[in-house]
Order: sequence, then structure tokens, then C-alpha cells
Amino acid sequence: MSGPQHLLSVADLGREGIAEVLRVAESFAEVERRSVPKVPTLRGKVIATLFFEESTRTRLSFETAAKRLSADVLSLAVASSSVKKGESLRDTVETVEAMGIDAVIIRHSSAGAPHQVARWVERAHVVNAGDGWHEHPTQALLDCFTVRQVLAERKGAAPEELGVDCFEGLRVLIVGDVRHSRVARSEVLAYSALGAHVTLASPGSLLPPSLEGWPVEVAADFDEALSDADVVSLLRLQAERGSGSFVPSLREYTAGWGLTARRVARLRDDAIVTHPGPMVRGVEIASDVADLPRTVVTQQVANGVAVRMAILFLLLGGELPRVAEVPDVA
Amino acid sequence: MAERERSHTRPLGGVFVAHSQVLTSADVQRALTRMAHEVVERNGGLTDVILIGLQTGGVPLATRMAEILRQIEGAHELAVGSLDVAFYRDDIGLRPVLPEAVTDVPVDLAGRIVVLVDDVLFTGRTIRAALNALNDYGRAKSVQLAVMIDRGHRELPIRPDFVGKNLPTRREEMVDVGEDGVWIGILEDR
Repeated sequence: MSGPQHLLSVADLGREGIAEVLRVAESFAEVERRSVPKVPTLRGKVIATLFFEESTRTRLSFETAAKRLSADVLSLAVASSSVKKGESLRDTVETVEAMGIDAVIIRHSSAGAPHQVARWVERAHVVNAGDGWHEHPTQALLDCFTVRQVLAERKGAAPEELGVDCFEGLRVLIVGDVRHSRVARSEVLAYSALGAHVTLASPGSLLPPSLEGWPVEVAADFDEALSDADVVSLLRLQAERGSGSFVPSLREYTAGWGLTARRVARLRDDAIVTHPGPMVRGVEIASDVADLPRTVVTQQVANGVAVRMAILFLLLGGELPRVAEVPDVA
Repeated sequence: MAERERSHTRPLGGVFVAHSQVLTSADVQRALTRMAHEVVERNGGLTDVILIGLQTGGVPLATRMAEILRQIEGAHELAVGSLDVAFYRDDIGLRPVLPEAVTDVPVDLAGRIVVLVDDVLFTGRTIRAALNALNDYGRAKSVQLAVMIDRGHRELPIRPDFVGKNLPTRREEMVDVGEDGVWIGILEDR
């Protein structure tokens, strides 16, 4: 048997799959605590990062993860590649595959680009590192991993002892620009697969056009929803995707939907605040709030490497050798 | 016949069907006691000694051996750890290899005498992986190997220092060390 070939959506994993990623990620978190945080697991594998959209943490995080697994990493800077000469995505991918690259980590401004790439490749694994407004599965996984870590720490237990039962009935409030957020989509899928109740709090203009089929509720009153939440997941107002024109002004957005010091006072003592980064202080989160102990942004970034190591290991390490098929001779 | 689930290396595994008992649980306890004495004798005490059990079969044996060692040498500070070698195996990509548990090596191994503890020594490949893994926790002064069962069929130049029982087996057989002693049998598909 062989594991899944690609990670394109959180929906590919399901509850069992998410639990397995979190479990294996704990083993890699241990690797990261060592003085030499490197294991020989993926020696000889070649992993390419194809980022058609800018990124700091996701790219660094994936590349660090791959290097800590001893894989060789190629990072294609799209700005200085043949893409600029007009090469199509398909030709770029075929070039990459012809070089025998084992995995492609792709970020693209168009939703569905990684799915399309996955249809083109024959042997390479494809990992979605964010596609348009669609999904950012590894971010949602590391958010779950971080939340579990905090819950375990409070109980004085090891995170792996909690399994994924700790998410059952957890109240997660996702706040802000849901419409343009791929993180929100992946988080909704991940948290609800694990049995959490997900509520959205967003100005009407920044909700997706349709919520049909989504396992979510929409908060009638933001301030009230805050006092119920176990986890508050803040989203960035995505100016580069034109979010600015969906709200009257940034100041008005902050007044209505920003996590200000006044609103933080409404949170329960044990509520956790997450943010996928980059934070825009003073817009969706007040600067003082960003620095509170309950805000776990730096833990999220630190955990990103362990979670991405787990993803790469499960995709590339768990596979069986591909048996060359002998073509039929007529 | 005893039947139990055994997930040898997840997600492979199957149902272990036991054919005959090799050691009773009392025999295992006696063997552990003897091996503990040998560990003390070999190292002239327990100074710098750390026991590391291999996931998963070696971990309970290491814990039990540590209890015996503390009785032999009084209330000695004895470090005990556990090691999962999944990330160091040489069959990654040949079959699904997944970690069973988080590794716990509580101290820097530089200058320490490491006693690796495992239930069954077979091809030696797990121990090869364990030696590589240990390297990443510091340069141990020496590494010794204690196994409850040495069943032969080595594929690498590895030998144990302390053995509970030498048990000649056929390759396709399976040896299971559990709470109820040591059984020999076969692994059947689920």
C-alpha cells in the first residue's frame, strides 16, 4: 500500500489523516529540539519550491523542513526564471519533472493551480503551499498542532497523549477577511473535521458569496462571539487581493472587527489567539494584543517546520517503490 | 492458540498467531535480573550508564531493567530514555516506515555508557539505525546492546552484549515478547 501522492486540500486528509500528521509532527518537533536538528530520512530526494507569489515564512519553513530531512532543495525564483519569458505553468512543471524532482511545493495566485499541476505530473508529489483564495492546508495543520500544544501544556500532558479528541466541541472563531482567505478555508475544513464548532465573524462584504455546504455558523454579534470562543483565529485584511475596497476604511474595519485591547477583555482567560501572519498591527490586531502570551504567532511559525517535515515525510518517505510497468506488445 | 494484534511497523502488521511459548513471564523477569547484574559487572557499577529502550518492544524492558538495577545498586540516579529509529531506517521508501512514539533522550550522551535495550535481535538493521540515531545525541563513550531474544539471521556485523535467550528460528517465523512472556509463531495477514 502507498500513502496519498499529493497534499492539495485539507479535505484529502480527513480526521484520521490530520491525526496522523499531528502525531508524526510531534516526532519531528523532538528532532528540532536537538542540538543538531537534522535526520537522514529523505537523503537523495530532491524537492523544488515553486512560488509564483511572494512569501516569507511559508517558503522558509518548507525549505528548512526539507533540509532538516536531508533532502536537496531547489528554489525556483519565478521572477528570474523562464516564466518571465512567457513559459507556461505546464511547461515549467514538465521541465521540473523531467529533471527527476521528487516533490514540488507550489504557491500560486490562482485557485486550483496545484490541482492542475497534480494532474500533469506522473511521479512527483505536489504540495499546495497556498493557491489564490482557495486553500493553504499546511497553515491549517500547524494551527491545529499549535492549539493542541497549548492545550496539552495547560494539562501538563504530552501533546501526543491528547490525540485529536481535544478538538471535540472546541469553539473556534475565525475573524476578518474570510472571503479572500485561503487560510480560513483550510481552517474551516481542518477544525470541523476534528469535531470543533467553527463560527465566522466578518463584515458581510468580506464573507464568501455563498456559505452553502460549509460546516460553519456566522456570528450575529462579534463581541458576544468573542466571549464564547476557545480559539480566535484572526485573518489579515488582504490588501493585495483588493480587500480594501470591501470596507469603508481601515479605521472603520479596525473599529468594527479588529482585536483591540477593549475586545480582548471580553475573551475568556484561557482563549488562544492565532494569526497566520504576516500581522498588520493596528488593523486586524492591536499591537499590545499581538504581544500577549495568549497570542501564539511565534509558536505557530516555530511549529510550521515540524508540521511540514511530517507532510514531506509522509508523502515521500511512506511510499513504495514504483514498479516500472512493462508495456503490452501487440 | 494465542492470537493478538501486532502492528510491527505501521501501517503494516497483522495478526500474530502464537505456536508455542518460549519463556514465561517469570523466565523473562529472571533473565532481566541476570542481564542487569551483567550490566553492573561489565561497567563496574552504574556510573555514566544510561538505558535506552527501542520503540516499541524495548521500552518496557528498559523500564523493568532500570527498576532491577536500582534495587541492585541502591537508589542510584539512573537515566532511562526511549528511541524511535524510524527516521534512520534503511528501508524508507521500500515499505511504509512511520515513527511509533516521540523519542526521549533525557541527557547529552557525550561520555556516557549507553545500554540499548530491545526485545528481539533479528537482522540487526534496527540496531544499525539506532547507532546512527544515537550519534545525533552526542558521542557516547561506549554503546552496549541488551536483547531479550537473539533469533539469528543477522544481515549486518552486529552482536549483542547481553542476551536473555538465544533462540534459533526460521526466517518466516515471528517472535513476540509481551507481558505474558515470549512466544514464537507466525504473522498472518489481517
